[in-house]
Amino acid sequence: MSDSQVTSVCGTAIPLLLDDIDTDRIIPARFLRCVTFDGLGEHAFEDDRQQDTGHPFNQDRFAGAEVLVAGRNFGCGSSREHAPQALMRWGVQAIVAESYAEIFFGNCTALGIPAVTLKRDRLEELAASIEADPSIEITVDLEAGSVGWGDGTATADLPESARTALTSGEWDFLSQLLANAEAIRETATKIPYLSGFGGA
Amino acid sequence: MNQSNASSSGSRNLFDTVWDQHTVGQLAAGQTQLFIGQHLVHEVTSPQAFEMLRDRGLGVMCPERTLATVDHIIPTDDQARPFADGLAEEMMSAIERNCVEFGIELLGLDDPRQGIVHVVGPELGLTQPGITLVCGDSHTSTHGAFGAIALGIGTSQVAQVLATQTLAMNRPRVRRIEVTGSLADGVFAKDVILAIIRQLGVQGGVGFAYEYAGNVFDEMDMEERMTVCNMSIEGGARCGYVNPDSRTVEFLRGLPAVPEGEEFERAAAWWLSLASGPDATFDDHVTIDGTAIEPTVTWGINPGQSVGVGESIPAAGDYPVEDQAGVLEALEFMGLESGQPIQGQPIDVAFIGSCTNSRLSDLREAAAVASGRRVADGVRALVVPGSQQVSEQAEAEGLDRVFSDAGFQWRAAGCSMCLAMNPDKLQGREMCASSSNRNFKGRQGSPTGRTLLMSPAMVAAAAIKGHVTDVRELAEAAG
Repeated sequence: MSDSQVTSVCGTAIPLLLDDIDTDRIIPARFLRCVTFDGLGEHAFEDDRQQDTGHPFNQDRFAGAEVLVAGRNFGCGSSREHAPQALMRWGVQAIVAESYAEIFFGNCTALGIPAVTLKRDRLEELAASIEADPSIEITVDLEAGSVGWGDGTATADLPESARTALTSGEWDFLSQLLANAEAIRETATKIPYLSGFGGA
Repeated sequence: MNQSNASSSGSRNLFDTVWDQHTVGQLAAGQTQLFIGQHLVHEVTSPQAFEMLRDRGLGVMCPERTLATVDHIIPTDDQARPFADGLAEEMMSAIERNCVEFGIELLGLDDPRQGIVHVVGPELGLTQPGITLVCGDSHTSTHGAFGAIALGIGTSQVAQVLATQTLAMNRPRVRRIEVTGSLADGVFAKDVILAIIRQLGVQGGVGFAYEYAGNVFDEMDMEERMTVCNMSIEGGARCGYVNPDSRTVEFLRGLPAVPEGEEFERAAAWWLSLASGPDATFDDHVTIDGTAIEPTVTWGINPGQSVGVGESIPAAGDYPVEDQAGVLEALEFMGLESGQPIQGQPIDVAFIGSCTNSRLSDLREAAAVASGRRVADGVRALVVPGSQQVSEQAEAEGLDRVFSDAGFQWRAAGCSMCLAMNPDKLQGREMCASSSNRNFKGRQGSPTGRTLLMSPAMVAAAAIKGHVTDVRELAEAAG
C-alpha cells in the first residue's frame, strides 16, 4: 500500500438517495466470514438488490460508476470496514451524500475515498441529473471544495482534517503514528493507570 | 499521591480531562494522536489488520494492553472443532494463529473467560474509569459505562492501534443527556436508551460524545449503564459515558485486572476525581423526564423508529417531510400498518442475548417473567448468555432451568442472532422480539427477517404470550 494524493475524482455516478443506509445493508454480515477483503465488491448491497430488481446497483446504466450519491446518515451502524471496502471494490472512488455516520466516514478516509457532503436540495438536483443522463460526468474536486456536473456546481463540504489528509496524500495514518514513537512513550509515562496510580 | 489534575473537577467534563491526558500530539492534517489504554480484538475485524502488520513488517507495540476473544462467528450449540461452517473455522484458525504470532492473549472457546468482547472486558476489570479503550466493533461504546472513552474503530485503525497503541481522531463535542426522576416498574435501561434515540434521532449524536447523567443514571447499576452506553452508536454517538461513582468503584473491587490493596485505593481516588465537576461545561445539553419513559418497542428498520408499548404505530404524516420516505420504507418492509397498536403484534422468534442485554441482571429479569410459564406454541425462543462466566453464574442460580422449563433454548455464549454470523438465524420473514441493538433490514440473518427491539423482560413476555405484551401485565398477574 502506498500513499497517494487524492485531489479530485471524475467519472459517472450512481444515485442511491435513501437515508440511514446502514453498513449491514451495504454488506450483509454473512459476507464478513472472511479473512481478506477480496471479493466483497460483488456483494455490495446484495440483499437490497435481491429484493428490488430496480435497485441502482442492479441497473446496467449505472455500471462502472465511480461516484456514489447517497442520502443522510449514510453508513450508520456497524464499524465494519468491509462496507467501504465493498463499495471501493465495486468501483466507487468517491461518495457524495447529505451526511455520514462517523465510523464509516473515518473508514472511507482511511482507504483514500473522499466522502463529501452537499446540501439536500443540491443533492436532489444532482441525483435527478444522473437519473436523466447516467453518462453525465461528475467531478468531486477536493481542492475547490465542489461537486460539478453538466452546467451545475455545488459547494461540497469535507472536514478540513480529512481534506488535508487526502489532498496531501497523508491519509494512511499508520506511518504518521509510527513516526511519533518517542512522544507515545513520553505520553504513557504521564498516564496514572500506567504507573501504579501515582504510587511509589 | 494524587496525580489528578486539579482542573479535572470543577469546570471540566470527564471527556475533556481523559482526552487531554491521552493526547500524544497533533498530526499534520489536524487529527489528535490519542494513546489507547486497552485494545480489545475479535475474530471478524482483525484478520486484515494483522495482515497489514505483516505486509509492513510491524509487530504489536503493547501486547499486554491487548486482549482477544471470539464471539461473532461461534456456534452456540455444537462447538466441536472444526466448525460445521468452514468459513467460520477459517476465521477461528486465523485469530488463533495471529494471536500466537503477535504474542496476544486469546480467550478461546476452551477458556472459561470467553464471551462477547463487550461483556468480557468489564467482567475481567479491564474496563476502568479514565482509560481509553478501542475495539474494531461499533458497540465498544459499552465500556463508557465506567467513565472510559470507548470508541468503535475500523480495521485500518485496528492495525494502527496494534502497531502504535495510538489512534488518529478528531475531538468530538460533548453533549450531556440528563435523565431526571426515577424509572417506573417494568421500565429498564433498554427503554431509556430507546427513548433517548427516539427523541434525538439515529444521527443526532454524530460528532458528539454523550455524557449520560441525572438521577436515573445515579440509580442504575453498572450493567444497566452498560446497556445504555452500548447503544450510543445507535444514536449516532461514537461514544457515551457515565461518570464514575461509588457503584463503579465497588463493581471493580476484586476483579482480576484491577489493582488490590493500597493501589486500589489510589486508583479509586483517581477514578472519582475524573467525574465531570458541578460547573463542567458542555457543547450541548438535553434533559429527558425519566418518569415518563414507557417500556419501548421498535416497529421500524432503525432503532429510532420506536413507540411506547401502549402506543400505536405511527403514520408517515406524523413525521417531518424529510423522514417520511424512510417511514414508508420501514412500514412496507415490516408489514405493519399505521395506527395498529404495537401490543398484540404476533412474533415467531424471541432472542435474549447480545452485548446490549446478555448479562446476569438481564437474564434474571427475563427469567422472572418466564418462571412458571410456557413459551407460546409456534414461538422459537433462545437465551444466549454474554459470556461463559455469565452462563456459569446463571446456571448456579438455576436460571438455565427456569428458561428450559419454560421452553426457551439455553445456549452457549456468543453474539448469536444479534447479527447472525453464526448458524442462529431468522428464516424468511420471521418476526423476532429481540433484546439486541439493531433492527436493520436483514440484520438477524434472513434478508427479509424482521426485528422488534425491546428489553429482555419484554422479550420474555412476548415469548410467553406469542405477541408483543406489556411486561407489567405479566408482573401483576404473577404478583
